[in-house]
Amino acid sequence: MKKTVVTVVGKDSVGIIAKVCTYLANNSVNILDISQTIVDGFFNMMMIVDVAACSKDFETFSHELEQIGGEMNCIIKAQREDIFDSMHRL
Amino acid sequence: MINIYEVLETNDMIEKENLDVRTITLGISLLNCIDSNLESLNEKIYNRITTVAKELVPTGRAIEKEFGIPVVNKRISITPVAIIGASACKTTEDFVKIAQTLDKAAKATGVNFIGGYSALVSKGMTESDKLLVRSIPEALASTDFVCSSVNLASTRTGINMDAVKLMGEIVHDTAVETADRDSIGCAKLVVFCNAPDDNPFMAGAFHGITEADEVINVGVSGPGVMRKALESVRGADFGTLCEKVKKTAFKITRVGQLVAREASKRLGIPFGIIDLSLAPTPAVGDSIADIFEEMGLQRAGAPGTTAALALLNDQVKKGGIMASSYVGGLSGAFIPVSEDQGMINAAEDGALTIEKLEAMTCVCSVGLDMIAIPGDTKPSTISGIIADEMAIGMINQKTTAVRLIPAIGKETGGTVEFGGLLGHAPVMPVNQFGCEGFINRGGRIPAPVHSFKN
Repeated sequence: MKKTVVTVVGKDSVGIIAKVCTYLANNSVNILDISQTIVDGFFNMMMIVDVAACSKDFETFSHELEQIGGEMNCIIKAQREDIFDSMHRL
Repeated sequence: MINIYEVLETNDMIEKENLDVRTITLGISLLNCIDSNLESLNEKIYNRITTVAKELVPTGRAIEKEFGIPVVNKRISITPVAIIGASACKTTEDFVKIAQTLDKAAKATGVNFIGGYSALVSKGMTESDKLLVRSIPEALASTDFVCSSVNLASTRTGINMDAVKLMGEIVHDTAVETADRDSIGCAKLVVFCNAPDDNPFMAGAFHGITEADEVINVGVSGPGVMRKALESVRGADFGTLCEKVKKTAFKITRVGQLVAREASKRLGIPFGIIDLSLAPTPAVGDSIADIFEEMGLQRAGAPGTTAALALLNDQVKKGGIMASSYVGGLSGAFIPVSEDQGMINAAEDGALTIEKLEAMTCVCSVGLDMIAIPGDTKPSTISGIIADEMAIGMINQKTTAVRLIPAIGKETGGTVEFGGLLGHAPVMPVNQFGCEGFINRGGRIPAPVHSFKN
C-alpha cells in the first residue's frame, strides 16, 4: 500500500467530489478515507488514497489532478502521506 | 490515521509560511582525485563530481513533487581544495584553474553552488594553503557558483593571526575584483572559527576530511513558520514561548529528516546530518528579525535582542535534536543582514549596528553574516573584525564566522544589490579607529584554557 493524501481547496461547487472520485476510480486508486471542512469560507477536502495499483506514475497522477482542480477553480494537491506522518506522529 | 487539520497545518506552513527544505547538499570526497599533474587532476575532479552528482538535481525535483515541499537548493560540497591541489598547484593561477573546473562541473550537474574552495589553517598555513588563499579573489571573480571558506581558528589550536591578517586583505581584494557586480565575490567567501565538517549551507560548506567518500546532508529552514507559531503565544510567559519554539522546531526538522532519508535512499548515498537552521530569505515573512518582533522587541537590535536570540537558538536545537538522531552542521538561527528583510529594515532604521550584531553572534549559530561595510574600510580593520569574531568562537567553543562585503565605491547609507537569496544590504558604518598595530604583530593567539571557567 502506498498512501497518498489528496487535498482539494477552493470555493464549494456542485460535483467537485464526484469529479475527483471518478478520476481516481478510472486510474485504479482506492479511497481509504475522506473528510472535509470549511476554513475561512473555503471548501477543504482531504482524501487518503492508495496509489499502489495506480496506472500512472506519481508525477503524471499529481499533474492530472492539478489540471482537474484548475478546471473547477480549486487547488488539488497530491502528496505522499509520509510528510504528514513525519511531522505529526512520533 | 492523519486527520484533515494536521494536513492543513502542514500545507499552510508550506504555502503561507515559506516552509521549505533549504538545501540537499551532496558531500563528495576528492581525495582519490589527487594527482601531481594539474591537467589530469582537473579531469579527475570534473569526472568524479559529474558522475556522483548526476542524479542529485532530478532526485531533488522528484522529492519536491511527491511530498509537495519545495527543495530550494541542490548543492555540492567537496574536500578542501588546498589539500586536493597541494601536489599539482605551483602558482595561484593553477588553483584558479581548479576553481574553474569546479564551476564547470557545478553547471553540468545543475546545482546552484559548489562549496569547498577552502583551506583549514587554524594553526598554520602550508605553501599550498597560502597559494589557495591568495588565489581566492581571482577564483571568485572568474566563476559563478564556487564558494570559498577558510578556517582561521579553533578552540583547540587558537587563532592563526597571520591568516587573519591575510584574510583581511583577501576579503578587500575580492571586493575590488568583483566591484562591477556590487562586490558579490565576498558573498561567496566566509572565514570560520571551529568550522564544522558537515555544514550543508553556503558559503561555508565543505566536505571535511573526517567524512566518508560521499554523504547527503540536508539543511531545513522555516523562520516564517516559527513567527506564525509564536503568534499563538503572544504575551505568554517564557516557559510557554520556549515550549512553542521547541515543538515547532521539532516539526520542521522531521520534514528535513524525511527528505534526507528519501534522498539518501534514492541516490544510494549514506545520510550524514540534518542541519536545522532558521535561515531567513529576503521573502516577506521569512525573517528572523520578524520573530524578535513577535517576541516583543520593537526592532531587531533593541535591548533584549541577544536574550531573544539566545533562547531562540537554544530551543531550536532542543526541538531539532529530539526530531533527528543526527543533527549537525551549524544548527541554530542565522542572522544574515542582506538575506533578511526585517534585519535590513532594522539596520536602515539605525536599530541594528555591527557592534550589536557582534554581541548577537555570541549566542547565534554562525556569525557576522552578509554585512555590507564601506568600500574604503582598511584591510587591517576587516582583519580586526575577523579577529574579534574568531575570539568569540574560540573562547565559547562554538562556530563563528565572518562574511563581510566591502562595498567598493560606496559609503555608509548606500546599498548593495545581489538579488535572489542573497538579497540586498544597506552599507553599515564601521568603527573608524584603527587596529594596524595589533594586526601587524603576526603569529598566533594561543588556545584558551578549558578549565577555570568563570
